[in-house]
Amino acid sequence: MTPRPAVNGRSVLVVVPALNEATSVAGVIAAILYSVPDADVLVVDDGSKDDTAIVARAAGAQVVRNPFNLGVGGAMRVGFRLALAKGYDTLVQVDADGQHDPADVATLVGALDDSDDPQVVIGARFAGAGNFEVPKARRLAMRILARRLSRITGTELTDVTSGFRAHNRAAIVLFADCYPADYLADTVESLVILADAGGRVQQVPVTMRAREAGAPSQSTLRAAEYLARVTLFLGLSAFRRRSSERTSEGASS
Amino acid sequence: MIGVHVIALISAVITLTVIIELSRRRQIPEKYAVIWLVVAAVIAVFAIFPSLFNAMAHAVGVKNPPDLLLVTASLFLLVICVRFSFEIGRLEDKTRILAEEVALLRKDLDDLAAED
Repeated sequence: MTPRPAVNGRSVLVVVPALNEATSVAGVIAAILYSVPDADVLVVDDGSKDDTAIVARAAGAQVVRNPFNLGVGGAMRVGFRLALAKGYDTLVQVDADGQHDPADVATLVGALDDSDDPQVVIGARFAGAGNFEVPKARRLAMRILARRLSRITGTELTDVTSGFRAHNRAAIVLFADCYPADYLADTVESLVILADAGGRVQQVPVTMRAREAGAPSQSTLRAAEYLARVTLFLGLSAFRRRSSERTSEGASS
Repeated sequence: MIGVHVIALISAVITLTVIIELSRRRQIPEKYAVIWLVVAAVIAVFAIFPSLFNAMAHAVGVKNPPDLLLVTASLFLLVICVRFSFEIGRLEDKTRILAEEVALLRKDLDDLAAED
């Protein structure tokens, strides 16, 4: 895997965190390579019990296997460290379940400008394109989160938990050191860290497709639990020390 | 009839024995062994000299000595639990970082093997 120009002269590493996605991951990889042929695809197999890694390798992706499940945040930390070590200009996160349309990868990367500050472009689900159904409680929680994050980042955001994102080189450098691993924190707290580092967040509307496989986690009970977690997270984040001190041990090869 | 003091003394002795045996087999880190040894020793002293504990309770203004026992015991256990939560969190962080390193190193190895 050698970085080479893929979109607007920038090299692109597409990181796909995958947990037991053997049925959908090949299609996702093929679609990514079809829409951005010169991108490298890295599947981070986060402790799958099925053939995700084998299928992904056969489909033309690079594969890193976590020894046990580290969560999406943990998988992304591995992706960021690898992108940093190999010298990629941009890193795009795409879910393995097929709900992100790889045709939008180029759009996300194209939205990054040439500044040297850390930048993240979020592919947002509620920004107009396509239709996306979630239960009311979850939707409410997402809206509260989005409002708060909009204030912190100084940008109007509607979908801060979206895992469809492009990062520029400075953001890769930043997150290779301190990407949060906890549930929710990976998507949300990372934006706070970025804002603190003087970075910029943008939002681009994308279409979401039905998941190719995997059960959508959307029961009412789950949604209520999610709302509670969001509330707790927001309460804590008001007091939380802003630093990478907790997770900055160890450097990659 | 066995008095409460005898039960306390027996518990203290059992705790002392178990902790000493565990640390002799290096099954418990010294820093935790020390905590429980001190606790067991304190309990033993008060079991042998109950008047000492009663005097202490009165000295700090607690009318019913068992109340003091309950409060100090609860507080102590709370502090220990919080301390352990903290340590578990740190351990989780370290294990996670190690797991990430292992994943990346394994990838490097795969790449090297593919080059040969």
